This record gives sequence, structure tokens and C-alpha cells, in this order.
Amino acid sequence: MSNTSEKIESKGVTNQGAKAQTSSLASVAARRPQEGKSEKMAGTGLEAKNVHAWFGSKHVLEDISMEFPRGTVTALIGPSGCGKSTFIRTLNRMHEFIPTAALAGEVLLDGKDVYQPGVDVTKIRLQVGMVFQKPNPFPSMTIKENVLSGLKLAQIKINNADELLESCLVRSGLWDEVKDRLNEYGGALSGGQQQRLCIARSLAVNPQVLLMDEPCSALDPGSTLRIEGTIAELSKSISIVIVTHNMQQAARVSDYTGFFLSDGGPGRLIEVGSTSDIFSNPKEKRTEDYVSGRFG
Amino acid sequence: MVYNGFEVFRSEGLKFLTGFDWIDALPDEGLPASYGIGAMLYGTLVIGLLAVIFGVPVAVGTALFLSYYAPEWLKKPMVLIIDVMAAIPSVVFGLWGYFILMPHAEYWAKLIHKYLGFIPIFDMPANAFSRSPFIAGLVLAIMIIPIVTSISREVFAQTPLDRIQAAYALGATKWAMIKAVVFPYGSGGVIGGAMLGLGRALGETVAVYTVLNLVYDIRIEILLSAGGSVASMIVNKFGEADAVELKALMAAGFVLFLVTLFVNFLANIIINRTARKG
Amino acid sequence: MSALLEKPLPSKPWQPKPKNLIPEILGALFTALSTFLIVGFSPLKGTLGFTVVLIIMAVLTASVVSGLRRDRKAAWNSTTTVLVYVAAAFVVVPLISLLYEIIRKGVGGFSLGIFTKDMSLSASDSPLSEGGLLHAVVGTVYLVLLASLVSTPIGILAALYIVEVKGKFAGLVRFFVQAMSGIPSIVAGLFIYAIWMINLGNSYNAVAGAMALAILMIPTVARTSEEVLKLIPTDLREAGLALGATQWRTVAMIVIPAARSGLVTAIILGIARIAGETAPLLLTIGGADALNLNPFSGNNSALPYYVWKNYGLGNELSIQRAWLGVFVLMIVVFIFFSLARYFGATKDRKGK
Repeated sequence: MSNTSEKIESKGVTNQGAKAQTSSLASVAARRPQEGKSEKMAGTGLEAKNVHAWFGSKHVLEDISMEFPRGTVTALIGPSGCGKSTFIRTLNRMHEFIPTAALAGEVLLDGKDVYQPGVDVTKIRLQVGMVFQKPNPFPSMTIKENVLSGLKLAQIKINNADELLESCLVRSGLWDEVKDRLNEYGGALSGGQQQRLCIARSLAVNPQVLLMDEPCSALDPGSTLRIEGTIAELSKSISIVIVTHNMQQAARVSDYTGFFLSDGGPGRLIEVGSTSDIFSNPKEKRTEDYVSGRFG
Repeated sequence: MVYNGFEVFRSEGLKFLTGFDWIDALPDEGLPASYGIGAMLYGTLVIGLLAVIFGVPVAVGTALFLSYYAPEWLKKPMVLIIDVMAAIPSVVFGLWGYFILMPHAEYWAKLIHKYLGFIPIFDMPANAFSRSPFIAGLVLAIMIIPIVTSISREVFAQTPLDRIQAAYALGATKWAMIKAVVFPYGSGGVIGGAMLGLGRALGETVAVYTVLNLVYDIRIEILLSAGGSVASMIVNKFGEADAVELKALMAAGFVLFLVTLFVNFLANIIINRTARKG
Repeated sequence: MSALLEKPLPSKPWQPKPKNLIPEILGALFTALSTFLIVGFSPLKGTLGFTVVLIIMAVLTASVVSGLRRDRKAAWNSTTTVLVYVAAAFVVVPLISLLYEIIRKGVGGFSLGIFTKDMSLSASDSPLSEGGLLHAVVGTVYLVLLASLVSTPIGILAALYIVEVKGKFAGLVRFFVQAMSGIPSIVAGLFIYAIWMINLGNSYNAVAGAMALAILMIPTVARTSEEVLKLIPTDLREAGLALGATQWRTVAMIVIPAARSGLVTAIILGIARIAGETAPLLLTIGGADALNLNPFSGNNSALPYYVWKNYGLGNELSIQRAWLGVFVLMIVVFIFFSLARYFGATKDRKGK
């Protein structure tokens, strides 16, 4: 496992009598093909170092350090309200839109801190994209315009717009369903389709990392599975960080998993590791309690 | 109750039905008793249009400023200022417009004439710059800014946050986000607000009277000291009007009423429709 | 947890620190300098010249700097940012000028004496120590009182009809209220003139003016009351009905008291609207110089009319009187305005 600098105390918790849920999750995680893509690429990509976050004087995230190596899928799990969404918003500098927000620590993209003064924040967001919980295509634009909207907003000119359009929609798994109606308005699609449209939209600006904040929680199971398939495909070329409440989903799609917990105070990263380890052989008792369903 | 009043007024107007036939460009004369409000109607529309042209961009810009650019400590004081502006009586604007704004505006008009005089509307047959439709348009613009700003601000405040976030997450600058999300969402409401402003400008009486010189002629030179609006004409003629002239004034008022009713009606429809569409 | 000896401090690294603002400060200096130079050496002069050049230079500087440092979209962003700030300034400047001038020109004639005399014994071009505006103040008071007496019940009843009764005509009433709110003030005056004076053969008096003002006040009261009543949660109404009360009793004893401060706000807003109206008065009240305590007969005056009349007379002293009238009028409007805000705020603090 790559040398993630997680802050854990190795107490050597023995795995006494793995609960049925834990073992089933573990087997799900084990079924994921490990294509050995991550190990060699650590060092480039996205990394969070000692990140703290506040809203006003309320400390909501404490000392989070994680790496998101290239080409991997990392799931962030944990109970509601422990700061997972806040954390990923520090990664693409959306956290600062809240007037009372404050921060400490560094977020490194390709080795450079994105919070350094003089950094063009819009460029950061082009490289670190985000898909939201509730699908939010632009209703005043057609499907085609939606996908290409990122380019229009950034005033990037390209020659092969139609090619890009098709490739993004193919990669997000929506092409077959909409290829004949690219000029219809974005609001006419179903929830799952809208979310895939949002994914395609994020892909069009060619990000290095895609952040997903509970992307399937507003969708039906069928759409959820489609999108998980999309995630698997996408992870071959970009890194994905996905926040999810659904542990089966985390087990299904991710290479690495980080477990967040807040005991009334700031959210902390309790444990992070490869998904199969987290689910079958967690080092922390709290992690084990969570993944075996004892709480949360 | 409320609708009673309208019935009565309608019947009053109908008595002067012949008044409608006179809506052509005849000047209003006292001796041969023929009355036409064509010139005044034209004047009303001109200054209304000027007010909208000058006032709406400033109002929308201010609304954008308050919604997306202003620092927190500045918002409340500015909103207060704008509310105070809305409460100021029109006669105050009239006096201020005549004594304070007009000297400046005359100077600007001279400049415009000097450099842009080749454009017909800025041409001047005589050297009379004071009390022109241009100045009236300016004063009216200031008067309608509070209304349009308030409505625009409310519309902008209702812009769905998730679309705004989506735009920013795609790497948009503030202006790109506004163009892509706020304007498409709010265009209807802003247009409705602008039309309400127009309705106010068309019906404004006293402020126009002080800064506009009443001349019964249709001219396109807006910098010239000539023009008039229906409302200011009514006020002007009322004092010495005899019975027949009075009827004509009534008819004029009725026409004004219909015009403003139509504009306000349209505005309210637009606002209501877009509010529901969301 | 790793042993961090001190807790890190919250910071906002996205907010520019002074040293990062150096480009902006330089840009501003450049803008100011270049503006002065251009204004100095070219035919563009005066406040207009200065303002226009300043705006153009600010836009150019901001967009060019952004464009060079980053890219085109940043340049556009900077351009529009500057323009938006300019728009906001265009709004604030006239108002400040307005208030400043009113105070400057009005304070000169102000003394407590003006509230005790009227203009019946003085000519308009007599010095300001003679005569006052008592008649105008009294007239305004009459007008406001009478208009409120008429408008308040009609306006609130209309709102009640729309919100509480929701009868078949509710949409129609709403439509009429909206239509009424767009009536130009002079049309209201004409209307009353037509009915009151021509048809009923009366001459100028304060009541006529009050009627005209009522036409303008009713829609304001009705619309604000409607908003206020809509804010009252339905639970209150249901509680009343569940206790066995009829609908009207529920409304009278539960809804109205709950909405009381909001309704008061509606009335005060209506008053603030009409206190300064001039045009309808010019047609209906006759503009007297003497104090007339009878609202039902004889010419009467009001503050806006006083201003108008003195302005029309055109001599230096009467103009000063006009400004004085404006000053007093603004104070009156300001008082009502503050009252409305005070009551509106109380409502927010107290209830929903």
C-alpha cells in the first residue's frame, strides 16, 4: 500500500469474528480488479496536507492529510455531518465561497499549493472538477451547450467541438441515449441522465481530478449502478474522489477509502487505506464499528 | 368597491369620445377649438424611453453590485439609500433637477452637440439647451432607478444556488457565471421591473414639468429645449382651461391612464410568469 | 493525532494580502495619473470630462492588466467589475447631492416660527421671517388623515378578501389593485376632479384632495397588507377554527392582532407615498395662502402645493421658500419612512 501519511495509532486491533456485513463488503472490495495503476504514480496528482477548516470560530475539520494518486478512485465515508463535503470543497477552492469560511494547511496539485497567493483559482477549478449531489445542468442551455459550457465559460476555443462532445458523452455513458437529441434542453432528462450530463460537462474541460459529492444519493438504484460503471471507466484516465454514505458503493468503486468521524467536535480522518483493507481488516476500532454497521 | 371607480371614470371618458379622434399631430390651440395630444404623446414616450435607456443599465448594474460584488458592510447602507430614494417625492426631484442637475446637464448637452451633432437627434436648430427632453429623461431615470434596482435585486437573490455553484466549479469567473446563470434566470424579472419603471416615468408629472419646456411640436432633437408630456401638459393647462378644454384634458388623462395601465399590466404579467417558472 | 504543539490558526488565504495588492494599487495610481494628464492636455474638461476619462481609463487599465496577467476571460471579468462599481456610484452620487442641497438650501429659512404662521398676510417675495407654512402643514395633516381614513379600511379589507376569504372575485380584486397601483398621480387627480367637482358640483376643498390621494394610497396599503397576511402561518387560523370560531371571528381576533404591526407598516408606507404627492392636489385643493381649518369647504393647501406655488412664482425669496418647503417635506417623509421601518423590524423580531 502506498505510504499515505495518515495519523493513526497502530493498536493492532485484531479481527475477531468479522461480522457478516464487514466480510461481505470485504469480498465486494476484493472483487475489484486491482490493475496496479496507483503505486507508480504517487507524487503527482492531488494531495491534502494538514488541512483544517473553520466556519467562523467553529472548527469543522482537523488535520486532514490524504493523497489522491493519479488514476485512483478514493471514497470518503463516514456519518453525516463529519465534514466530508466540506473537505472536498477545500480541494477545489469552493470552500471559500462561504463568507465565514477559514482554512489552514495546504492542498497540493502537482506539488504546488493551490491556496498560494497569485494562483488563478479558475484554472484550479478547471483541473479539479466537481459533480454535485443534486444534478444541476443549466436549464437555459441545450444538451450540447451544457456539455461544452465549461469551455464557453472559460473562453477556451477548440476546433473539434463535436468530437469532444461525443467523447465526453461516451465517457459518461450518456451518448447512446441522447445522440439524437443533442439540441434539446438539458432539463428534459431524467435524474440519472442529468447527473451523467453533469459528469460529461465536467469532463469537457479535461480535469485531472473529479470530485463527486454523493453523486448518486438523489438517484434510483438503476441510475446509481450506471454511474458507478462510469466511475470505473473514468478512473482509467483521471482520479476520482467520491463522498458517499453508501458503503456498498464505496466497496464497489474505490481503490482507497478514507473514514471520517466527528465526535461533536471537528471532523477527523480516522483511517485511510486501501478499500479491501478498510473493509476487511480495519486498524481502528471505530472504523470497524462503522463498516460493520454498528453505528452511522 | 375598487372596481366601481373604474366604471365611473370610463363613462366620463366615453363622453369625450371625440377626443380620441383628435389624437393626431395637431397643436393644442385655444381659439379654433381643436385639440390633439399627438405631440404630447410623442413627448411622453420619448422621455419615458430616455429614462429607461439611462436608468435601467445603471439600476441593473447596481443590483448586480449589491448581489455579487459588494462587501457585507456596504450592503445594508446602500439598500437603505436606495429605499430612501424611492420615498422622495417627485416635486423634490423636480426642484433638484431644475436647480442642480440642469446646469450640469446643459453643459453635457452642449458637449454632445459639439462632438456628436452630426447625428440627427443631437442636432440643434437653435442654441437652447435648457429644459430639454434629455434633461427630463435624466431626472426620470434617477427616479425610476430605485424601483428597478429593488426588483432586480430580488430576482437575483432567487437565482438557484446550485447552478451558480456548478458554474464556479467549472472554472468560471464571476462575470462568466453571471452571464451564464443569473441573466438567463432573471431576464424576465428584470424586464418586468424595467417596464414598471417605464410605467412610472410615463405618468410622472411634476418633475417633468419643472425640467421640460412645453412646446407642441414633434421633434427628434432631444437636446433641444422643447417637448412635453401628457401629464405635464394637463397640469399646465388646467389652471386656465374652460369647459371645453377641460373635456379635452380629461380625454388626455384617460389616454395616459390607458397607456400606463397597459404598460403596468404587461409588466406584472411578465413578472408573475417568470416568478412561477423559476 | 500527531503531536502538534500549537493549534494552527484559521486563515483566509484566498483574500489578497497587502503585498499581493501591489499590482492593483499601481493600476489605480496609473489610472488616476493618466486621467489627470488626459484631462489636462485635451479639450475634455469639467466634471463630465473627468468622469468619462476616469471610467475609460479604469476599464482599460483593469482589463489590460488582467488580460496580460491571466487570460481573456479574466480581462472581461475585470471590465465588468469596474462597470458594476461605476453603476453603483452613479446611483449614490445623485442622492447624496440631493440630500446635501436640500439641507443646504432649506436650512436657511428654517425656524420654529414657520410653524405658526401662514402666508395670508405676507407676499411671497417678502423676507423669510414673515409668513410661514402652517397652512401647508395643517393641510397636509388633513389630507393624510382623511386619505388614511378612507384607504385603510378599503385596502385592508381588499387584502383580507384576497388572502382570507379567497372568494371567486379574489383574482379580480387582485387585478384591480395591481392596476390601481399603476395609476399616474395626475390621472387620480383628474378622476376626482371629474366626479367630485364636475358631477357633484363642488369646488376646491381638502376632502377632494384626500379622495385623490386615497386612490393612490389604497393599492399600496392593499398590496403590503396582502404580503403581511400571507406571512401569517395557517396553523394560527386552523387553531382558531378548530376551537369552533367562525372564519370572521378567527380573522378578527387572531389573524389581525398577529398581523397588527405589519398592517401598521402597510398604512405608514401608504402615507409615506402620498405625503409628497403634488399633481393630484393641483387639481383638487385650490392652494390657499391662509390657514383653513375646514377640510370640507374652501381652498386648502399642503406642503407639496406650497413648494409648487412658490417655485412657480419665480422670485428669489419665493424660491427660497420653496426649498424650505422641500426641507420640511423631506423631514415629514423621513419620519414616516423611519416609522415604517421601525414597525416592520419589530414585526420581524417578534414573529416569523
